[in-house]
Amino acid sequence: MTVRERYRTMRLIRRFEERAIELVRGGEIVGGIHPYIGQEAIAAGVCAALRADDVITSTHRGHGHVLAKGADPARMLAELAGRENGLNKGRGGSMHAADFTLGIYGANGIVGAGGPIATGAAWAHRQAGSDRVAVSFFGDGAVNQGVLLETLNLAALWRLPVLFVCENNGYATTLTVAAAVAGSITGRATAFGIPASTVDGMDAEAVHEAASAAIGATREGAGPAFLECTTYRFDAHHTWEHKARVNYRSTDEVSTGRSRDPLDVQGARLSEVERAGIDTEVETVMDEAVAFALGGPRPDPAGALDHLYHDGLRGRSGTGEPHLTPARTVT
Amino acid sequence: MPLLSYQKALHRALNDELARDGAVCVFGEDVGVGVNNVTSGLLAKFGADRVVDMPLSEQAFTSFATGAAIAGRRPVIEFQIPSLLFLVFEQIVNQAHKLSLMTGGQTGVPVTYFLPGSGSRAGWAGQHSDHPYSLFAHVGVKTVVPATPSDAYGLFVTAIRDDDPVVLFGPSGALGVREDVDFAALGPVPLGVGRVHRAGTDVTVVAVGHLVQTALAVAQRLADQVSIEVFDPRTVYPFDWAGLAASLERTGRLVVIDDSNRSCGIGGEIVATAAEEMRLVAPPKRVTRPDGAVLPFALELDRAVQPSEEQLTTAVLEVVKDA
Repeated sequence: MTVRERYRTMRLIRRFEERAIELVRGGEIVGGIHPYIGQEAIAAGVCAALRADDVITSTHRGHGHVLAKGADPARMLAELAGRENGLNKGRGGSMHAADFTLGIYGANGIVGAGGPIATGAAWAHRQAGSDRVAVSFFGDGAVNQGVLLETLNLAALWRLPVLFVCENNGYATTLTVAAAVAGSITGRATAFGIPASTVDGMDAEAVHEAASAAIGATREGAGPAFLECTTYRFDAHHTWEHKARVNYRSTDEVSTGRSRDPLDVQGARLSEVERAGIDTEVETVMDEAVAFALGGPRPDPAGALDHLYHDGLRGRSGTGEPHLTPARTVT
Repeated sequence: MPLLSYQKALHRALNDELARDGAVCVFGEDVGVGVNNVTSGLLAKFGADRVVDMPLSEQAFTSFATGAAIAGRRPVIEFQIPSLLFLVFEQIVNQAHKLSLMTGGQTGVPVTYFLPGSGSRAGWAGQHSDHPYSLFAHVGVKTVVPATPSDAYGLFVTAIRDDDPVVLFGPSGALGVREDVDFAALGPVPLGVGRVHRAGTDVTVVAVGHLVQTALAVAQRLADQVSIEVFDPRTVYPFDWAGLAASLERTGRLVVIDDSNRSCGIGGEIVATAAEEMRLVAPPKRVTRPDGAVLPFALELDRAVQPSEEQLTTAVLEVVKDA
């Protein structure tokens, strides 16, 4: 992938999020989203260093990772709008978007929960003789979750091909890193003997360079690696903040944080013509995505529990019928 | 015919599935040595890539299994202590169980969680004596509680082959049960299919897990007075409602003996469903642990909060008194 392609990924994520926020405001996306705006360089930089058959797990703020790993923005937006033509047939929504055909093992609604899933997948792939790598994205809030620390131990113990990417945007919802993290974020990794570094998460090329080195090494058998990417969340923790006006960041802080836009950092590496061309192309993609999403069929309520069991098992309805469990009592 | 113990049946099922399907692997604490005797010898036979001793990090290795399952393996996790299920409720219920629906059916999560020693082991006190199968039935995770060695074998095999998460409880009270079996006839037992251990005409006793033996003992003891049908659901979720309805068509009376706490236990669900939808000619009864029970340590106290033969006898006689 090139500088130009990474800019395109970032622009796509940015415009996807902006269009999604409009759809939240318009009521077409219910439940809201956790916007990734400001953090695009990380998803774009890391995923550009992955092969198509590598796998990722993502977070509640997952749109950027899912798009950067190659998900179709139209089906992604349809998922957010709860349509049958969405990635998950409208069953997962923003926090659970997944495309297993692309190695996207899902965004996740529980902080830190993707870490062990990615690590178990990495183990299984290595056992199968493959050199596929797994990346687990998470935020600074996740570094205080026990399950993630347990996972670092397992990954290091068995030298598994996993890259742990911590997006440190300074806040776990509203709680600052200073108020939440004893020691350091990278110190958690180095305590387990996992090489860790910190990179400017507003610079896609810096992220890409660091991720490429780490992914290359872990693919070659060097064991897991840990990358802390410092960044700033430009928008709300979640779109409910647009109405709730939660007061935890000063106007000054937000405008300072937004003053270095990762899209401008990356865009400055292109000519104005190149950049404008990409921007125009992305507008077309997003116009089509919005049309696809809003034109998609709404699910039939009769199928509310479709896919609950992979083998098609059906439980009873809320009024007690029908009994569709087997009826073959053995005597 | 040779005698098969419950524990050996679990071992045999796991051994057979490891041999049959290279995707099957075993995760757990002390599974290499096999402190519960279920995994004994499997490490030597199948190697450290298939039988993996896990550090004490239940939450991580439970979701690690989910990741491995998505990537093509069929992990089987042994938990030595039933209460560890509380620690990994998030990983089983909120992650593994929900993935199929949340992804629109993109993946199954074929992981089996098994407990060779659930419920009271006598003297292991509050944090080692729970029997939380009703919790898993409540959230809709496939849940099996075999009562006999052949069912332990057959349901374990089926659980491992199932494409969804399945929790298998092997009650401590059943581990000592032995059964004459023809090894060649051992085979998978489908989920959601109950079993009538003893036919009867006056009252159906639904017994879960090790309490099947209790029910059979009471049925034998009362044989001169009451004809008891002993119905073992084997799977508490999905439950064999049709099998229960057929039994109640014969008897019209119901007693449930269930090692769950009374409030929101599977026994309550069985009685409620029977009352709503099935033939009952007398009010049903439940024998359960008390509401919200925590098992106390002293043996007298431990036993005092578990369903007993005496309680079951009283309940049966009460239900048939107007017959």
